[in-house]
Amino acid sequence: MTTWNSWLFWPSNVAFSVLALAILAMLFLYAARKPMHGVIHSVCALLSQSARFIARWLFLCADNLKLRNQSVLLAHGQESQAVVIDREFERVSDMIRKDMHEFPALQRKMMEEATRIEDDYHKCGEIPPPPPEWVGALKSVAQIKTGGDIPRKLLEDINKSIQKIHDQTVAEFRRSYEERHKILKAMQPSWRSVEKLIGEMEKKMVTLQTNAKQIDGHMGKLEGIRAKDNKTEHALTVSGFVQLAISSLVMVIALGGAFINYKLIALPMSEMVGASDYITNSLKTSDVAALVIILMEASMGLFLLESLRITQLFPRIATMDDRMRQRLMFASLTFLIILAGIESSLALMRDMLVADKASLMRDLASAATPASDGLLTRIPMIGQMVMGFVLPFALAFVAIPLESAVYSMRTVLGVFLVQAMRGLGFSLRFTSLLLKRFSKVLELAYDVLIVIPLMIERWVIGMRAGSTGDRSQSEEKELSKLRRAA
Amino acid sequence: MSKYLTLLIASFGMVLVSACGDSRIHSHGVYMLVDTSGTYAMEMNKASKIIHYLLATLNPGDSLAVAKVETRSFTEKDIVAKVTFDKRPSQATSQKRVFKTRIEAFSKGVKGSAYTDITGGLIQGAEYLNETKAGIKTIVVFSDMQQELGKGTIRDFPIKLDGIRIVALNVTKLGTDNADPRRYLNRLAQWEASVRKAGATEWVVVNDLENNMESILTNR
Repeated sequence: MTTWNSWLFWPSNVAFSVLALAILAMLFLYAARKPMHGVIHSVCALLSQSARFIARWLFLCADNLKLRNQSVLLAHGQESQAVVIDREFERVSDMIRKDMHEFPALQRKMMEEATRIEDDYHKCGEIPPPPPEWVGALKSVAQIKTGGDIPRKLLEDINKSIQKIHDQTVAEFRRSYEERHKILKAMQPSWRSVEKLIGEMEKKMVTLQTNAKQIDGHMGKLEGIRAKDNKTEHALTVSGFVQLAISSLVMVIALGGAFINYKLIALPMSEMVGASDYITNSLKTSDVAALVIILMEASMGLFLLESLRITQLFPRIATMDDRMRQRLMFASLTFLIILAGIESSLALMRDMLVADKASLMRDLASAATPASDGLLTRIPMIGQMVMGFVLPFALAFVAIPLESAVYSMRTVLGVFLVQAMRGLGFSLRFTSLLLKRFSKVLELAYDVLIVIPLMIERWVIGMRAGSTGDRSQSEEKELSKLRRAA
Repeated sequence: MSKYLTLLIASFGMVLVSACGDSRIHSHGVYMLVDTSGTYAMEMNKASKIIHYLLATLNPGDSLAVAKVETRSFTEKDIVAKVTFDKRPSQATSQKRVFKTRIEAFSKGVKGSAYTDITGGLIQGAEYLNETKAGIKTIVVFSDMQQELGKGTIRDFPIKLDGIRIVALNVTKLGTDNADPRRYLNRLAQWEASVRKAGATEWVVVNDLENNMESILTNR
């Protein structure tokens, strides 16, 4: 109140004092009109230009980042495709090595079988032997017109001989056919086996053809990646998002397992490191120790999968020589087994502690001890022990989704960062535009405050212009100036 | 390889070293005074239930002492049983069993005293709790809070109960309180004023032992 009064020229007459102050302020603002317009314009221009500059820089950065993301994405995609193609080729080569190295021998055998069958077929197709030459002699004897019984007897003897020979020949011929039929019959199973082999070969050939088609598809993708095709890039980005979602889901499930694991060993850990020790105000040492055990199990699992070359998070392990890698594999497996054993025994201890505490509670409550069924009461204990042993190994497989999440996270974060930069750039560009217009608004608002001196100024200018004969022109100019300002 | 092994050994070391935090600040110290004077000695069953509740609730690392209130209670001889539970839960459970046995033996042979020196018991309790260096200290007074001092017993001086909670349990109404309830209310108000003046952090009265037992111990 005192401060306000000190501004009044005549404290007894507030209205008059305020009016006087307003007139003074107006005069001051009118005098400072041009510099103030300049200041407003400069400040707005400065802010607008800065915002524009930053927006441009952000767009540039976003473009660079997009290019970088693209190259990383394509490189990773190319690498993945190459691995997939390698694996497909290995599969095909295994198939050829395993299934098709017997093909030449099989083919030879089949050719032999076919030749034999052909021979037999030809043999089966033989016609009976023609009548012997003595048939002609028989004709000559038959043409003898005289001679009595001699030719007849001779012919009868010949007939007998012929009949005998004929019977022998027919019997021989039949036997021969019978043998061939036997051969053909004996060949039937081998023929069927050949047919079966051919069927299997055909199936394998079809599989091989399918694999070849798959390889073709992968090669097509690889070509797309190498050609930096937009469609392929988009597909890879989407794949990154999908991969991240799937790995996150699996990791959440694994986290649930880890939580169960933690609950299983937190209580018995207090028996080892003390139940009343705290690291911070609310963090128990036993809880942290249980957590460390679980994290160590996960780490050992990670090293195990790395040394088995299932995951490739650590290039150093992947490039190790085989002997060292095997040593690392055995070491991590041994540690994992030891940790699983520890956890299993901790689970047993947990059961004992819980049972002991329950017994104490019953004693304190003076309640009767419940009748225990030996097997039934042991089932939870056995279950806990088995879980304690199995969960570390199950937890080891988290390394696979972890690797997938790490790689896909790069893509996803990159995309989000580019979008964020572009969004921010757009906002800054819009702000810059607003600031540019805002300077005009501020100038007009300033003029509104000093509207009376401005009107007087216009009137004086008008008077002067009238006296010089250019009144109308000057008014026109002034009016147009005001319109522009508006 | 050696790098990873070093890392592994360091992790194991961390687990072992991490077990060296200061535990006392989180521990709970409870000193329970059991009034054995006159007819209140008949309430020993209720006192046993309270002690059982404390045994069931206190954790490894906590301390518990039970003392009787007699003609002159500022002496260690009045402490019936005291224990600081081991850090290991299994050992703590065994200690609780032993403690329970001692209390049962005491409750069977309890004898009524002629006078009631609650102030002496409070001083003794404060001394015990300060020695335990527990983070949360509670003196539980199982009494009708009617102090009667014998001849020559001086308790009209300021006492120190800094940082200690005082919980009055089962504060029964005397025959005279029934006639004039103001006596009962004044008695409680007087005790509250005196313990607060002595520096107690909290004054709690629990008479409903069936439903309000959890008020005895505060949350950690």
